[in-house]
Amino acid sequence: MRPFSYTRARTLTDASQTVSDDRAMAIAGGTNLLDLMKLQVETPSQLADINRVGFAEIEDTDDGGLSIGALATNTETAVHPRVRADYPVLSRAILAGATQQLRNKATNGGNLCQRTRCYYFTNIDQPCNKREPGSGCGAIDGIAKLHAILGTSDQCIATYPGDMAVALSALDAQVQIATSDGGSRTVPVRDFHCLPGDTPWRENVLEPGEIITAITLPAPVGGTQLYRKVRERSSYAFALVSVAAIVELEDGRFSRADLAFGGVAHKPWHDPRVADALIGKAPSPELFDRAADILLEDAQGFGENDFKIPLARRTLHAVLEQAVEEAS
Amino acid sequence: MAQTISVNGAPHSVPDDPRVTLLDFLRQDVGLTGTKKGCDHGQCGACTVIVNGVRINSCLTLAAMHDGDEVTTIEGLGTPDEPSALQKAFVEHDGYQCGYCTPGQICSATAMLTEIANGWPSDASETLEGAVEISGEEIRERMSGNLCRCGAYANIVAAIRDVAEQSA
Amino acid sequence: MTVHFKQDKPDESNRLDDMRQGVIGKALPRVEGLAKVTGTATYAAEYSIDNCAEGVLVTSTITRGEVTSIDRDAALAMPGVIAVIDDPRLTTRAAQGTADEAPQQKPKTVCYWGQPIALVVAETFEQARDATKHLAIEYRVEEGAPLDPNTVEPEEQEDETVHQGDLAHAMSEATHSVDVTYTTRGHASAAMEPHAAIAQWDGDKLTVYASLQMLNYNISELADALDMEEGDIRLVSRFVGGGFGSKLGISEEAVAASIAAKELGRPVRVVMSRQQVFQCIMRRSETTQRLRLCTDANGTLTGFGHEALVSNLPGEEFAEPVLQSSHFLYGGENRELMLKVARIHRMTAGSVRAPGEAVGMPALEAAMDVLAEEVGIDPVELRLKNIPEKNPEEGLPFSSHKLAECLRQGAEAFGWDRGPRKPRQTREGEWWVGTGMASAARVHNVSEAKARVTLKPDGTALVETDMTDIGTGTYTILSQIAGEMLGLSPDRVLVDLGDTRHPRGPGSGGSWGAASIGSAVYVACQAIREELASRLDVEEAELDLSDGKAGSGESIVDLLDGKDLAREGYYEPGDIADDYTASGFGAFFAQVRVNRFTGEARVDRMLGAFGFGRVLNHKTARSQCLGGITWSIGVALTEALEFDPRDGHLVNPDLAEYHVPVHRDVPDLDVIMVEERDPAASPIQAKGIGELGMCGGAAAIANAIYNASGARVFDFPMTPDRVLAAMPD
Repeated sequence: MRPFSYTRARTLTDASQTVSDDRAMAIAGGTNLLDLMKLQVETPSQLADINRVGFAEIEDTDDGGLSIGALATNTETAVHPRVRADYPVLSRAILAGATQQLRNKATNGGNLCQRTRCYYFTNIDQPCNKREPGSGCGAIDGIAKLHAILGTSDQCIATYPGDMAVALSALDAQVQIATSDGGSRTVPVRDFHCLPGDTPWRENVLEPGEIITAITLPAPVGGTQLYRKVRERSSYAFALVSVAAIVELEDGRFSRADLAFGGVAHKPWHDPRVADALIGKAPSPELFDRAADILLEDAQGFGENDFKIPLARRTLHAVLEQAVEEAS
Repeated sequence: MAQTISVNGAPHSVPDDPRVTLLDFLRQDVGLTGTKKGCDHGQCGACTVIVNGVRINSCLTLAAMHDGDEVTTIEGLGTPDEPSALQKAFVEHDGYQCGYCTPGQICSATAMLTEIANGWPSDASETLEGAVEISGEEIRERMSGNLCRCGAYANIVAAIRDVAEQSA
Repeated sequence: MTVHFKQDKPDESNRLDDMRQGVIGKALPRVEGLAKVTGTATYAAEYSIDNCAEGVLVTSTITRGEVTSIDRDAALAMPGVIAVIDDPRLTTRAAQGTADEAPQQKPKTVCYWGQPIALVVAETFEQARDATKHLAIEYRVEEGAPLDPNTVEPEEQEDETVHQGDLAHAMSEATHSVDVTYTTRGHASAAMEPHAAIAQWDGDKLTVYASLQMLNYNISELADALDMEEGDIRLVSRFVGGGFGSKLGISEEAVAASIAAKELGRPVRVVMSRQQVFQCIMRRSETTQRLRLCTDANGTLTGFGHEALVSNLPGEEFAEPVLQSSHFLYGGENRELMLKVARIHRMTAGSVRAPGEAVGMPALEAAMDVLAEEVGIDPVELRLKNIPEKNPEEGLPFSSHKLAECLRQGAEAFGWDRGPRKPRQTREGEWWVGTGMASAARVHNVSEAKARVTLKPDGTALVETDMTDIGTGTYTILSQIAGEMLGLSPDRVLVDLGDTRHPRGPGSGGSWGAASIGSAVYVACQAIREELASRLDVEEAELDLSDGKAGSGESIVDLLDGKDLAREGYYEPGDIADDYTASGFGAFFAQVRVNRFTGEARVDRMLGAFGFGRVLNHKTARSQCLGGITWSIGVALTEALEFDPRDGHLVNPDLAEYHVPVHRDVPDLDVIMVEERDPAASPIQAKGIGELGMCGGAAAIANAIYNASGARVFDFPMTPDRVLAAMPD
């Protein structure tokens, strides 16, 4: 690690002031940041420890939803009685990620900001436009098994690696952000992460000095909630493809089909056209295929990850089949 | 006020260099080398310790972030003269080979039994609600953050089941 | 006093079975168990040494060329940084197993991406690690280094080549034949303890605490690298956090620490990062293997062909010995075997657990499954039919052979259904479920070995050798062998290992440790028994020792007259190796489920039955088998090194992206140890078991994937993408 000064922020204002400097960073759980600092992928000159500024509560909101503190750990969130009862897709997604030790330390805010696992991003002696703008993308003509098939650019084909945010996207959760001027703003999870475009270094919409304070979940949405993660070993591996699904049927037809996909793009992938294709229709393999056609219309592989296109289709089938079975 | 971390009940000063991880602090500053460095990146679990009752990877946290915290390491769970039930079971079931991942496995398993008792679900749980049934699959999923390259998994699970069933 | 025993003929006396203590073979817990479970066992980096500086290796960012300059000023100006060392004696690769000489040195010459080129030393680890990123290194790049084993003209390993009869003709005449090609990806040992060394000088005497498997070779390798006498070096490796081949030879950090400690006049510790362990040590070569098998109408092999392509760096002698057991496992009079090596500039290829059979057996045994289907017989039956009477190439007899028993006992215990086999017969929800089996074989090796055994006047015994215990159970089995021979409870036997001040052992590797060092201890104990017998004025054969007493009632302590009774046993394999083909054999059975949507494969249960001579400790031997089966799961399903096609760098050098199996990948496993005595294997009738358990197991899983789902995959590991690509709709 590069030397840095360490300060423990007492208040959010403290923290916000510190991280307004673009060479400073906030540290909460640290499970991703310290990993990258040891590799010198991240080289902050100052760390503001925000673990004791509050924002760790999980509490009911006025509209019957749930506010999950940014500094609550992944574990506290996954095992919270209301999350388990009302938002099981979120519990399931969190429990499918990482390990108990990591989830015990990782915070919700940090998890949203988790950086890609692209092999070229984590190796500072290789080109990466995300890490070093203009140096090129090592993955495009290199080893790209983990990489994206949707929303890529000629600058970057990395994926967002997390699981929790995929479920939050299906739930249409909102990210609460404290702004550097002491105010706040709200951004839907679906809009929080960016596509790489020409600015692959920009992974989310946070501005300098901004800090996530909470994630709010809508009033319980019911339905059958599933999280399916396909991976190369049975635990402790990043998703090749994952699907978060909230599905409801009425009179044998889909009345709700909120689906989000992990492992396929630079952000949790949510395409409203997929729900449009399903709602009002009776489940059938042909219908699932049409939904997959829409989802994957613009999918592009880079050789090694070509398999993700059929895998995403098949996983969508698996999830919808299971959801229909459980719903009926 | 000097910042201190309690390690197995004894206070230790937080190191000056904020870069020092909790893992290196334990191994170098405190001199407790039972906590192992296997990967230094949260990918193997050999460095697992229990902080304020919760298991974490000590390699992915800074010592400076833990002033006032209570850290329990493998040395705090038992000694050769007075091993814990899990430590004894690992010997009995040959739940190790080279021994390098072993302290992490045992710290992890110790905390895991509490998590199960608290009814925390896992990826392997059939349902998210209610008491957790201690099955092989539950133990395996919950222990998957602790790699063992010698391949002692089957014996580790047997050792944990033995203790879990005795205490159940 | 050294007693030399060279085994030139089989030993049918099975002397250990005549002893009275009754501890040999017993499932005793490890003698060092409590130290390991309480965190008090000391590994290489953990010795508390005053004033120890911290070194971190610097590695190259080019594939081939020369380091033309290292600007160290910026690094040296950093707080705590003491030195930047680029001494020409620094080694750039780990030595191959049993090399006995220094590996490649001259760190300015770069042969692969990630090669060590210098060492930075600082007061603290964080200072040193950071400083490695502040060196301005200039290179002269030599472009065009070949990186793809399939695009270079490979070298034939002529001593592996067999042309016997006419395989092509046999294939064309045969009733049944298969001609299939498999690939396997590179593997990493990924021992949990990273390579580490602390070097400390006392004048011209060097002590290195290191994590090494074969101190007997490592001491000469280090001496050669430093241009020193072995007598001036002491190596200590009391606990080794896993080796699996990666610590067979002296590695870069030990040499670098030694050089730095001398230059700085203070102790230096160097621990490799996990990424460096992946990049700078050893990979198991990827392989491409063509199997040609043909039979008569009944399924008896008439032809056997196995050709393999592997790779290594230019100048490395090691070539993954893929065909090792293929030479003798099955009959077939027309034989064609050939091993070729492609010279490419990926990191060094070397030994990773069970070099050869770890990948050769899975390909052979997967092809046998294709053949069984082609012939239309049960795959167990096909193996039983083709067990040769003698080595089909050299005509040598087998020293012992338990394949048939393993196949039969394994099938019985597993509940193998010998009925007609068709894929895709069982579905449970989303999962296709099926079974598969494979044979196991691993050549048996032994090596010369020395150990000193001392009977103490306090009624204990001390066993001393520089042999290591890398998790295999050496401490424990030696206490059992000595205890059995000398009539002592094993807890009265202190075993002191891993220190070159002791007599030279064989080192741990090639599964030869237990049989070799166990024989040396046996020889020493036999000599002590003879001395005791003469003091009692009886024949040694009549000496009954147990619980510290002779059968006639005399206490052993009384016979010592207050003095130590020490003998050094020197065991040498002898000519017997030329007279027999010696191998461990076994069989694997697996039940696997394959997700019909996603192609994920999971092992439901697995059984291995193995015959490997005398079992010295049923607990630790079983653990070795469990470990091997667990590695089989990794070979079958998850493990693959990935190399960049442009610069050959290892793309996944960590434990997040190189997928060793986790707890959840490994179900309950059953092990059957088919007890036998192999009279030609060693004076204690034992063979190795550290590797046999993974030699073929991946094929049982592959064959089960086919039986479950109908996906016949020809590439290991069988990750979801590959299973899906092969799965019928």
